[in-house]
Amino acid sequence: MTGTGNIVARLPFPTAARHELADGQLRANLRRATHTIRDKRLRVVGEVPDWEALREAGAAIKDDVLARLPELLEQFETAATAAGATVHWARNAEEACAVVTGLVQATGVTEVVKVKSMATQEIGLNESLAAAGIAAVETDLAELIVQLADDTPSHILVPAIHYNRSQIRDIFARRMPGVDVAGLTDEPAALAEAARRHLRAKFLSAKVAISGANFAVAETGTLTVVESEGNGRMCLTLPETLISVVGIEKLVPTLRDLEVFLQLLPRSSTGERMNPYTSLWTGVTPGDGPQTVHIVLLDNGRTDTLADPVGRQALRCIRCSACLNVCPVYERVGGHAYGSVYPGPIGAILSPQMTGPDGGANRTLPYASTLCGACFDACPVRINIPEVLVHLRQSGVDAGRGRPSTERAAMGAISWVMRDRRRYAAALRAARRGSAPLRLATGWRAADRRGMVRRLPWPLSAWTASRDAPLPPAQTFREWWAAHEEVVQ
Amino acid sequence: MRIALFVTCVNDLVFPRTGQAVVRILERLGHRVEFPMEQSCCGQMHANSGYRAEALPLVRRFVNTFAPYDAVVAPSGSCVAMVRESYPRLAASDAELAAAVDAVAPRTYELSELLVDVLGVTDVGAVFPHRVTYHPTCHGLRMLRLGDRPQRLLRAVRGLDLVELPGGDECCGFGGTFAMKNADVSAAMLADKCAAVCGTGARYVAAADNSCLAHIGGGLSRGGTGVRALHYAEILAGMQVLEAEQALDSEQILDGTEEAA
Repeated sequence: MTGTGNIVARLPFPTAARHELADGQLRANLRRATHTIRDKRLRVVGEVPDWEALREAGAAIKDDVLARLPELLEQFETAATAAGATVHWARNAEEACAVVTGLVQATGVTEVVKVKSMATQEIGLNESLAAAGIAAVETDLAELIVQLADDTPSHILVPAIHYNRSQIRDIFARRMPGVDVAGLTDEPAALAEAARRHLRAKFLSAKVAISGANFAVAETGTLTVVESEGNGRMCLTLPETLISVVGIEKLVPTLRDLEVFLQLLPRSSTGERMNPYTSLWTGVTPGDGPQTVHIVLLDNGRTDTLADPVGRQALRCIRCSACLNVCPVYERVGGHAYGSVYPGPIGAILSPQMTGPDGGANRTLPYASTLCGACFDACPVRINIPEVLVHLRQSGVDAGRGRPSTERAAMGAISWVMRDRRRYAAALRAARRGSAPLRLATGWRAADRRGMVRRLPWPLSAWTASRDAPLPPAQTFREWWAAHEEVVQ
Repeated sequence: MRIALFVTCVNDLVFPRTGQAVVRILERLGHRVEFPMEQSCCGQMHANSGYRAEALPLVRRFVNTFAPYDAVVAPSGSCVAMVRESYPRLAASDAELAAAVDAVAPRTYELSELLVDVLGVTDVGAVFPHRVTYHPTCHGLRMLRLGDRPQRLLRAVRGLDLVELPGGDECCGFGGTFAMKNADVSAAMLADKCAAVCGTGARYVAAADNSCLAHIGGGLSRGGTGVRALHYAEILAGMQVLEAEQALDSEQILDGTEEAA
């Protein structure tokens, strides 16, 4: 079943990107933030002597999980159930939201606290709960900022990366209930203190918490949340009821496998050697922590993604967001341009696979990359993102065969010309000769002495809109060679 | 050793001087270079745009053309990366083609690999008395892992002042059809790259790929910066560029339209 929820781009990527590029403040914020995390990551990754071996291990463990996913999921369900948890299965966003909303309604509360979670963002849980009259309070600081601003996250790890601290100060002053507006500065400590006061009251009164999970251990039925602030720990321990929405690819076979990922994840995501809080829980512990524990296992397009032998490596993703921070495209446009809650390089391969070939504007996402390869180098589980991007482009092209396409006609014609020596040589001559009138047509003065031209007709105008174009000189290489060197037949 | 030049289609038509430079460098080092006329395009644009069916005949053509040679050299990081990294994947479903790719791909070298690794040369005897910065293009950097081979070759050039390009490992925003399909993002990346280049005070920005250089050079030209993009092979060829430089400098004086460098 194809995935649904907040994983569909509403606008084609180039259109959405143009809109985001117009925001100079956004670009400055993104540049500063991504470069800071990038440098931190490089430092802490560089100090691990066996980093490449760890990446190989991470990829191998996840590949093993994907190869025997049904068996491990059943093992997880059995273990979690034996430990007192109730396991639910959801095929898509609507089913997952319905299960969670029903569980919250059964408790009778109208407010829940939330641990930062991509899975619940993916299924649009907050909107679904709101429709049922239930307020979901985000407790992760950055998620809280985004929620107060009535905005959407623009980064997997740092959802408010598109704001700077003075913008955050303004959001708090306008939207945080009971905040001391006069005393609020844009100092990080002051902003954190305001959030702490706001959230502490929520933690102490909450009866129900909702989380995701970074890892789910099949052999023990254990869930894991990795975080920096400790707000997640509050949610995981104080309320009576805990509901966790977990993507089915989050499994690891054994507790011991966490050793690899708990090294890979913090260094790749926040650029820390170790994250401050790692919480593990296994079902219900009588007299300690939540006494009612639910786990919603979410498919939402993951099984379809698993069916593709090349594309399935995207399911290794541990949501560290290192690929976003090193991506030159993400750095310019930010997360909102990708539409989906999964932005950047990983989003460009994950969202279109989860929604399938009919995913509307998601079809434009595999083209939102120069294939520069920075993401592959940074990925802690060695997802070859450029390979999958090209693979998805190919799937799109192949699906479109049989329908007329200017681009395909051009690609076919170029391939036909390139296949034959005489055709190729003739085409080179024609292109060289053709460029002479082109100079005249676009204005002689437009072409400078080095053969650079300022304006070309459509479709090459997309090039000359922002750069001059080189024109072919009087002689092709092969003409020069034929005249000056011995020809090798 | 039989060395064949794969000039690449872009260089054949638009940047023939780069191909000429490779020939001059290798001949100056005492090697005979052959240019098989059957060559055309490696198929990178087709393959990277998702047109595998259209790319495959070009893969076949490349391996047939270059099978007889001991080494194939191309002045293009991305075309060599296409052959070495993408050909095996494209050919995987055709055992015969896959075997032909296995034979040719490992012997296909980017110029700096041939010079430094195969021929064991870093000083090619060139002269270029200018300040130069080097942009290590993505496919050379992250697919071929060229490392500092091109820079080592440039540092050995007499008179050349090589200055580091800040953020050099960041993509310039070309990306093949990306430059057209996502023109706005490409232009934003280009603007940052041009600013970094200009900040070095270099008169030339060199690289191992004329496609990236057409993009960067086009931006520098549009901005009226006076900084020029030049394939590093043309710098290593030395004399040829000096002659061209003198010709251009005299034109500048006569024409009076060039920006001060």
